[in-house]
Amino acid sequence: MEQKAKKEKVPRQPMPEQEPKVRAKNFQEVPLGYPPDIAMREASRCLQCKNPTCRTGCPVEIDIPAFINRIKEGDFKGAIAKIKEKNALPAVCGRVCPQEVQCENNCILGKKGEPVAIGRLERFSADWERAQGEVSIPEKEAPTGKRIAVVGSGPSGLTVAGDLILKGHDVTIFEAFQIPGGVLVYGIPEFRLPKAIVAAEVEYMKKLGVKFQCDMVVGATVSIDELFEQGYDAVYIGVGAGLPAFMRIPGENLIGVYSANEYLTRSNLMKAYLFPKYDTPIIRGKNVVVFGAGNVAMDSARTALRLGAERVRIIYRRSREEMPARIEELHHAEQEGVELLLLAAPLNFIGDGDGRLKGVRCQRMELGEPDESGRRRPEPIKGSEFETECDTAVIAIGAGANPLLTKKTPDIQLNRRGYIIAEPETGKTTKKGVWAGGDIVTGQATVILAMGAGRMVANSIHNYLTLGW
Amino acid sequence: MYKILKKQELVPNIHLVKFLAPAIAKKAQPGQFVIITVDEKGERIPLTIADWDKTEGSITVVFMEVGTTTQRFALLNTGDSIDSLVGPLGIPAHIEKVGTVVCVGGCYGIAAIMPIARAMKEAGNKVISIIEARSKYLLFWEDELKSVSDQLIVTTGDGSYAPQGWIPDQLTQIFEGEEKVDLIFAIGCTFMMKLASETSKPFDIKTIVHLNSIMVDGTGMCGCCRVLVGGETKFACVDGPEFDGHQVDWDVLLSRQSGYQDLEIQSLQNWESRNWRRTK
Repeated sequence: MEQKAKKEKVPRQPMPEQEPKVRAKNFQEVPLGYPPDIAMREASRCLQCKNPTCRTGCPVEIDIPAFINRIKEGDFKGAIAKIKEKNALPAVCGRVCPQEVQCENNCILGKKGEPVAIGRLERFSADWERAQGEVSIPEKEAPTGKRIAVVGSGPSGLTVAGDLILKGHDVTIFEAFQIPGGVLVYGIPEFRLPKAIVAAEVEYMKKLGVKFQCDMVVGATVSIDELFEQGYDAVYIGVGAGLPAFMRIPGENLIGVYSANEYLTRSNLMKAYLFPKYDTPIIRGKNVVVFGAGNVAMDSARTALRLGAERVRIIYRRSREEMPARIEELHHAEQEGVELLLLAAPLNFIGDGDGRLKGVRCQRMELGEPDESGRRRPEPIKGSEFETECDTAVIAIGAGANPLLTKKTPDIQLNRRGYIIAEPETGKTTKKGVWAGGDIVTGQATVILAMGAGRMVANSIHNYLTLGW
Repeated sequence: MYKILKKQELVPNIHLVKFLAPAIAKKAQPGQFVIITVDEKGERIPLTIADWDKTEGSITVVFMEVGTTTQRFALLNTGDSIDSLVGPLGIPAHIEKVGTVVCVGGCYGIAAIMPIARAMKEAGNKVISIIEARSKYLLFWEDELKSVSDQLIVTTGDGSYAPQGWIPDQLTQIFEGEEKVDLIFAIGCTFMMKLASETSKPFDIKTIVHLNSIMVDGTGMCGCCRVLVGGETKFACVDGPEFDGHQVDWDVLLSRQSGYQDLEIQSLQNWESRNWRRTK
């Protein structure tokens, strides 16, 4: 027989995960990661294309075939080094990037079968390095003497800092909370992104020389102009969207109604899931409804289950096809027992007479013509109102632009929705020496898109510091 | 870490803490607050800045022990540190010359009203301050308030320090007297601010209250502190903490403040059962 025919086709390797019934009751990470042999087997599936299209699908352009090839050869150290040339947060991205619409969506193997599990391999490389306890530090360029202030320590801020520190600049990150990480810490739950991993990535940044100043609300503790007075040469604003959207329906101020930001911040940043070991409380609802259908809604619903809810429903005004959440997140949520109540929208919350939530009145919707987002517009069906019981409601319908910083910096122009106007190719704002990127420019998006913006801005800042505005 | 320069129990359960915090001291204005985290396990709690010293680089807060975090906070002493201190947050009090101003403080609010009384006095207003305590032994900062007021009225609920009565009684007396009052500031427990607003409403005297709803981040990110003012939902942390007391929906505020009462008691019991030996 020919050698080719003997070679068995390796299928996409599944990643071991906690059983749905078990994991729905704990906050430990759901997918357990590849062991080395499985990672090498998965890596062997990569065709090592001459013109790798996966790379163009990556907002930070990781040399994907190269790092996968090293895994295949067992050179895990080389693999992580390759990734880190382009991505300072591989353990995070390997977990929370929507690879299915980015790199993996472009994989040639995916045309006929299943794409290479690029995200899982990225995660494997980062986890392997962390487990070794020896994190490699890339070489830095000679000090330039230029100082950069990065406002916000979320994914885009960390990327800007990580890139510019390697170019020899002096970088300080300002964070409003007591712990760095931004949305990676307060927003994404432990079971999806363990906080120890974020802490390790932050430690890595510190080893690179990035300085962190927590408890600093730029716009309150210090203004952007004062940062320039303090000697910073450039400022990057990556503060996130940061304004919770409410539905403006009656009863929204009842006890038990949360914005997703509050619900998740209590549970994640303040560790309310460990109450009373930690002081911050959270209402452990038995019957929880979540409004919205993005990743934040999935995170909220799955958090509610882990906090002991007997029933968790996601109520969404459109249908399954329009849900913006990653397929994997929706899949995980449903496996764990989260129910979907589709084509329904809330009209008002119902109180128990004592200020506490006891139910919600909704109406059925049907899909009409496509709206400006291209998705079919949900329209109410007359006479379809119904009531359903719940003791906790989480509103996860998106976020707006927090005005705290921008109100204090009038020379930065905003669009009519309050987001910062930044040049698409550079991230430059209308204020000299100030850049912006991530959700405060685009509106609520993903971790990797924010990191892509960070990468672009870092290049632009570097050009400015070496060549001028 | 933020160092405690001075710690003092002013009266039972009410403590003064002075922190080294130069960046906040430089920016602080009357009516603003900070959010502190005592340690890794502590809640984020908002506290009005009662005083600050730009030269020393310090800020002072006065707080009451109510829950687990504030109990643990009260156990700290001069020389100790806390994990996190952020501010100054919130919109500063609007200071201008309006004529005669009544500054009302009860409980921790006796300290919180100080910077506003001082600033209003410096702006050229006639300042009448009223401070209230349940009993004489709970009164503090009488001399401090006196030094920034044209007139100071002290009232105790049990009459242990004359005259007997509460803030609304004193307000009514002023309103019915000769003095024309142009503006009232009230800081203290929600119930007192509610009563003060209800007392001034029939006299149509603008009453500014400082709302102390439950907060998490304090920067407008979570919406936990939302209050209903003039029929609109506002965030106390960034739209306030100053609001028109006549427009505030006090029932919604009182209800939302009680949202975690059972859990707070559970937390306190849990903490006390393990730490009953520790003393201040």
